[in-house]
Amino acid sequence: MTTVDAFSTDPDDAVPHTPAAAAAGRLNGTPPRTPGADLPEHPDALWKNPEPKKAYDVVIVGGGGHGLATAHYLVKNHGITNIAVLEKGWLAGGNMARNTTLIRSNYLWDESAAIYEHSLKLWEGLEEDLGYPILFSQRGVLNLAHTLQDVRDSVRRVEANVLNGVDAEWVEPDEVRKICPIVNTSTDIRYPVLGATYQPRAGIAKHDYVGWGFARRIDEAGVDIIQNCEVTGFVRDGNRITGVRTTRGDIACGKVALAAAGSTSVLTDMLGLRVPIQSHPLQALVSELLEPVHPTIVMSNAVHVYVSQAHKGELVMGAGVDAYNGYGQRGAFHIIERQMAAAVELFPVFARAHLLRTWGGIVDTTPDASPIVGRTPYDNVFLNCGWGTGGFKATPGLGWVFADTIANDEPHPYAAPFSLDRFVTGRLVDEHGAAAVAH
Amino acid sequence: MQMIQCPWCGPREEVEFHYGGQAHVPYPSEPAALSDEEWAQYLFFRDNTRGLFAERWSHSAGCRKWFNAVRDTVTYRFHATYRPDEPRPVTA
Repeated sequence: MTTVDAFSTDPDDAVPHTPAAAAAGRLNGTPPRTPGADLPEHPDALWKNPEPKKAYDVVIVGGGGHGLATAHYLVKNHGITNIAVLEKGWLAGGNMARNTTLIRSNYLWDESAAIYEHSLKLWEGLEEDLGYPILFSQRGVLNLAHTLQDVRDSVRRVEANVLNGVDAEWVEPDEVRKICPIVNTSTDIRYPVLGATYQPRAGIAKHDYVGWGFARRIDEAGVDIIQNCEVTGFVRDGNRITGVRTTRGDIACGKVALAAAGSTSVLTDMLGLRVPIQSHPLQALVSELLEPVHPTIVMSNAVHVYVSQAHKGELVMGAGVDAYNGYGQRGAFHIIERQMAAAVELFPVFARAHLLRTWGGIVDTTPDASPIVGRTPYDNVFLNCGWGTGGFKATPGLGWVFADTIANDEPHPYAAPFSLDRFVTGRLVDEHGAAAVAH
Repeated sequence: MQMIQCPWCGPREEVEFHYGGQAHVPYPSEPAALSDEEWAQYLFFRDNTRGLFAERWSHSAGCRKWFNAVRDTVTYRFHATYRPDEPRPVTA
């Protein structure tokens, strides 16, 4: 796996862009490739900014990846086009604008494997579907194991993945070193690498382009994307919501779909609906631009850091959530400090890299670390929240099953296990282990 | 990093503390009488306030006692900390 195509989006590109190849290139006089040289130019126009109409068949609250993807599949799979996507800020400007972009489907339970693998398959054809570059790069993910219990849990997860048709394998430390030569696999560190799970089809995509691709597609189809439009209340008639009150006036609706991530309970409070989510800051950061050094994605749950290298060359690193509830879109510095300590021990080569920027997104966590998708006690209000730290990878898959749920007034089979009532029935989908991030 | 005022030890750095979620959630007085819905509410549902929030903290690397705090979930500023047997203070 030393020829992972980490830095090229051109399938005909004959030069393998790996650290070894880069070094060889320098030795024979060929300059290393410029990171980011393949990024496409932005088009002149992306989407319109219409005034809101008086009424829509479906109003989607939240103009992030999930809201946009839901609109896309309502159009594509169900022929519903009289849709408004309301965004309180600017389009895809929350967690979609700054995240660590990891895409994988190696979850433990059948219910999770089904929805995340559905999503991964859609990612594999999304560029063609949207007619827009999203730079989906399937460079594989290593989830490191550092203790005997980690090893046992990891092997169990690999077996569960294989049974669910998800590509996964257990790799020993020497194979970890082949896949990602910069990982410190020496045995004299505090938490030595005892092996890893490996999902070769995992990858990253360019998050902004994903948002813009969906937005362009639905804009062309006649969906109204309405930015700077915050929902301030709902108009209720018995068990139905007949309209949303917004900072740009009242908008009547046939159905309402909530896709507001960390701000979901601000909306559900207005509906008198209690949801078991807690909003937490999740921090991440990027380094300065570096030449290609990191050909895959590496995650470690035990020492808690995850790293990939962006198309332009930044090292993109994430940690777990900050412990306390928060809406401030920033977090505490000691979380970053701990994360950097783990990163430098696992990747000694990072020690002199400079930090370029940090940010915090607000993620909506649930008691079982699984999302909440489906119907609500209201006849025509549909809920999508609770994705915690892992919503980006689910973007197309969630859009597909949520659109189906909204169009048919009953949960898509992949959404059904994630209903709100599982907290009453006790049928939890406990993914605290396989979510791979502490939350 | 913030300094947090432990009611017993005084101001200490944030890394000494552990977060415990919403405060003032009483154990059900008649557990056997609860419906499944009421049990779910007690176990899994908590307020997710945007603004001033009463919550539990433990001084886990200090006196190891639990206490309550009123903290703004937007600015993260602590407006008050108080002992578990004290009522929520009035804060602005």
